Amino acid sequence: MARPAPSQVLRRRKVRRSTWLGVGLVTLYLSVIVLIPLAAVAWHAAELGPAAIWRVVSSPDTRAALQLSLFSSLAVAAINAVVGTIIAWVLVRDTFPGKTIVNALIDLPFALPTIVAGLTLLALYGPKGALGVNLAYTRAAVMLALLFVTLPFVVRSVQPVLMELEKDVEEAASSLGAHGPTVFRRVVLPSLLPAIVSGAGLSFARAIGEFGSVVLISGNIPFKTQIAPVRIFALIESGDSAGAAALAVVLLLISFSVLLLLAFVQRWGRKGDE
Amino acid sequence: MSSGRTEPVAPGARGSRASRYGLRSVALVYLALILVLPVGMVFFRTFENGLQPVLQALSDPETLHALYLTVLIAAIAVPLNTVFGVFCALLMVRRTFPGKAFLSGLIDVPFAVSPVVVGLSLILVYGRTGWLGGWLAENGIRVIFALPSMVLATIFVSLPFVVREVVPVLQEIGVEQDQAAHTLGATPWQTFWRITLPAIRGGVTYGVILTTARALGEFGAVSIVSGKIAGQTSTLTVHVEERFQQFDLVGAYTSSLVLAVIALVIVLAMTVLKPKEAGS
Repeated sequence: MARPAPSQVLRRRKVRRSTWLGVGLVTLYLSVIVLIPLAAVAWHAAELGPAAIWRVVSSPDTRAALQLSLFSSLAVAAINAVVGTIIAWVLVRDTFPGKTIVNALIDLPFALPTIVAGLTLLALYGPKGALGVNLAYTRAAVMLALLFVTLPFVVRSVQPVLMELEKDVEEAASSLGAHGPTVFRRVVLPSLLPAIVSGAGLSFARAIGEFGSVVLISGNIPFKTQIAPVRIFALIESGDSAGAAALAVVLLLISFSVLLLLAFVQRWGRKGDE
Repeated sequence: MSSGRTEPVAPGARGSRASRYGLRSVALVYLALILVLPVGMVFFRTFENGLQPVLQALSDPETLHALYLTVLIAAIAVPLNTVFGVFCALLMVRRTFPGKAFLSGLIDVPFAVSPVVVGLSLILVYGRTGWLGGWLAENGIRVIFALPSMVLATIFVSLPFVVREVVPVLQEIGVEQDQAAHTLGATPWQTFWRITLPAIRGGVTYGVILTTARALGEFGAVSIVSGKIAGQTSTLTVHVEERFQQFDLVGAYTSSLVLAVIALVIVLAMTVLKPKEAGS
């Protein structure tokens, strides 16, 4: 069979009928599972109208929850950017006994159910914890839970980039007299930056929606430790599903814009490679 | 432990030995405080009062029912998402159609949605006042506070994993072998089972592991739509919270331990099966 040249294929390509059938089936599944339910949230919020949404979001307790969520998620993303990069560095460039086990354990927060994560943290940092500190029902506890569940993101996005990074470039820089920190800042950091940003962005998106790990250890005290998802939960429980939908839409908008931004960052990172 | 060894050191790297140990300590102390010690603590706390209360909590009918329900939901959600994931990945890698990038973005949407919002969204469709609520009530079908909504919530949150793992594998293997099979007269179905599926087996397995982990461990979305009826709609994660709220710490820790052991097995499987580019 003589095949037409690729450029011709691109220009003349007609979408095959079986492809349309496949796209239809995929869209149907996605619609039933994801899109229709999310549309219901948007619909219920839209029915309220912008003014009412604003009233819900700016009511003192909801605003406090949203603020806490935003600030703690930002802080968690920042801490992960630093510590996650250090952990990735140690896992790639350092050698020590037990490294394989440590490397495997990084994935544990992805595999451990969030409610169990919350309980484990409470067992150590709650009342009668082994370390003698009691963080239960404080904002520090909220941070701790968020740091636990978001641990893998930056490590796992920086690790492969660090592995591919040519060591010769660093060695050349040091042999030309650049010191460790300078080499890191001028040579290593720029190549890692897209990976760090995308890992931090993913941790932010995960942290702002997190529920299970926070619910036991934070105590869910309004104005103090109640985060936005827990606030939504409280609104649902009290039968105010319209208010819950309004706050849910705000949360969805925040995480969608972060992920959209990340898509651009990734494209920018890929351009850097070429 | 390499202090006794002499190793080739790059010219500028000599002064960095101290910083290397420094970074290593920061990383390990952080991991110990946030990950290893808390998880270890649960093992310790569970067996604090000996084995007897643990066995008792394990044989409690509510715990057993919760375990059964968790496995049942995963047994429905994981195969559905696996078939969907492989099908969708094949479509996105091997076919051309307008709106592909948009579809690819849509697949990732569940990653960006809070579990609480997932639960809320299902209530707004299937709940008493939801879009389909009236019709469902007339026909006597229970979705919310029953198994169907818990399955739907689990499918929602674990949807993207198989697609995300299979797409890069499919891109890498290309289409030559499939074309060869086609030329030799194989039907598309035969080609899929004999050529394509064996070639993407690694990616599918890895995706299935991630999907299973998420399906077994989902709490927020499931707890909202389940109504938390003990002994009826409690999954193992919901059971952990319920036991904790009832001040039955042994019960909460025991169920947590079961889930933690499953998680450790999953992490082990992930390490063994990890796609190659991350390991070399």
